[in-house]
Amino acid sequence: MGTSRAAGRSLARRRVRLSHIDVDNRLTPPIRPGTFPRGVPARSRAVPPFAMSAFLPLADAIARLVRPGDAVALEGFTHLIPFAAGHEIIRQGVTGLTLIRMTPDLVYDQMIGCGCATKLVFSWGGNPGVGSLHRLRDAVEHQWPRPLEIEEHSHSAMAHAYAAGAAGMPSAFFRGYRGSDLPAVNPRIAFIDDPFTGEPLAVVPALRPDVTIVHAQKADRDGNVLVEGIVGVQKEAVLAARRALVTVEEVVDTVAKPGGQNAVVLPSWTIDAIAVVPGGARPSYAHGYYARDNAFYVAWDAIARDRDRFRAWIDANVHAAVAR
Amino acid sequence: MSWSASEMMTVAAARALADDDVCFVGIGLPSAACNLARLTHAPRITLVYESGTLATKPTVLPLSIGDGELCETALTTVSVPEMFQYWLQGGRITVGFLGGAQVDRYGNLNSTVIGPYGAPKVRLPGSGGATEIATACRRTFIVMRHSPRAFVAEVDFLTSLGHGRTGRERRAMGIQTEGPVLLVSDLCTMRPHPETREFEVTSLHPGTTREQVVAQTGWPVQFAAVVEETPAPTATELETLRDLNARTAAAHGQASAAE
Repeated sequence: MGTSRAAGRSLARRRVRLSHIDVDNRLTPPIRPGTFPRGVPARSRAVPPFAMSAFLPLADAIARLVRPGDAVALEGFTHLIPFAAGHEIIRQGVTGLTLIRMTPDLVYDQMIGCGCATKLVFSWGGNPGVGSLHRLRDAVEHQWPRPLEIEEHSHSAMAHAYAAGAAGMPSAFFRGYRGSDLPAVNPRIAFIDDPFTGEPLAVVPALRPDVTIVHAQKADRDGNVLVEGIVGVQKEAVLAARRALVTVEEVVDTVAKPGGQNAVVLPSWTIDAIAVVPGGARPSYAHGYYARDNAFYVAWDAIARDRDRFRAWIDANVHAAVAR
Repeated sequence: MSWSASEMMTVAAARALADDDVCFVGIGLPSAACNLARLTHAPRITLVYESGTLATKPTVLPLSIGDGELCETALTTVSVPEMFQYWLQGGRITVGFLGGAQVDRYGNLNSTVIGPYGAPKVRLPGSGGATEIATACRRTFIVMRHSPRAFVAEVDFLTSLGHGRTGRERRAMGIQTEGPVLLVSDLCTMRPHPETREFEVTSLHPGTTREQVVAQTGWPVQFAAVVEETPAPTATELETLRDLNARTAAAHGQASAAE
């Protein structure tokens, strides 16, 4: 596990050109969300030339794109959750992360329980249809394995904040949080009067992850990516990020629909790296490939309730698993 | 045909929905009630799940809000930002279904924490869509099981606005939507008093006594001038609900999300 990260780092240091693509050209110093100096364009990635995505092994892609202390978003609304990438982050022992995700789900429960995160930005932290995320609760209620700062929003706020990030806006305005206690406990929720109607509107800072990681069905050989089914907030999360990694089920000749028909396609130049990871969303699902492993979501409840049982599960299923 | 208190609750909630409703559906009890309505008296009802599925007609109840079944049986599937921007905030939803760990007499809901926010006794999942569902839908229904721990004098944290901490805040803020107009539990149905906005018991489910409701409510619960008996579930309602639950249990293996 540690070796793959070291190997990735040495790869990065050598600034290897992968075919015609220099991934490192895209890796600019991390900028914390909300800390942009006035007047400085927030988004560095909108600077030409637009490099195309590189195909990398997952371990190399994580080693190159995810750095300690980064703000990282692994998105996927129940569908297409990038579990394999989350497990690789655990294997590489990356710490100090700010984890961003609307629905933290089991993948963040696992990363939080392994001590990867110091902060969580989220809007619904449960095991869907089952109950609590026990590792998240243990971190919040008992600071185990380390304290976890939380920045808590509503779904509407995070959806708007991702869209604002994708649009290159500093913040998102919406009709939200009216009458709720959430603004009292989250200083990153503000209100402003609409200048034309006077209506008070909620404002939250745009989400701009250092790295967004999503899972998708297909990439073509040029590195364009197709997402189908419940598409969630993945497009916005990728476009809002400074670096983006997509894991895919398979590589095909083309992801374009005839005549450019509507589909959620992420063009190659919006993505830094692609890793081919069949089954990379399990126990979540990939529409058209495999179904959600509902029984595992139920079983996770008992595994995650107990610290020792949780650690044993991670050892057997994450650390012992071969990095793809 | 006999029935359980949970079945009565789901049936009573389903009956409140109509064919022309566009309903924002949550997982669990709301999902069971909405699909029961669709499979019985409201076949043209539009069900919307926050994962982006519009006008979905699942044959089994989803375990999660983003099950593939919802997408496969939907008219169309939109992105999550579009769902919250155009469809919810845009005012296209007539009914939002909400629940939580705690509700107070004015229909304010807590799904965030039990105890102080900074040092919670129990950390709950949080808002999800609820905070904006509570104010953006034309009206909301609340479905929760009765207990003194759930029906509390004051919510520990106000996640989703009902009529406000004193029943006046919602109107004072100029919010145009109606807010919670119906609360269905396993014991009774409650509706807000037209003036005070305090929820009062308007019908008791068959076999429930006033004393039971009083004992299970954490505030001095009021009863409407006329308290009716909730009509018992019909054979059709029960059979449809049980078939739906059986299909769901078979599809999800050991995991049945339904009531």
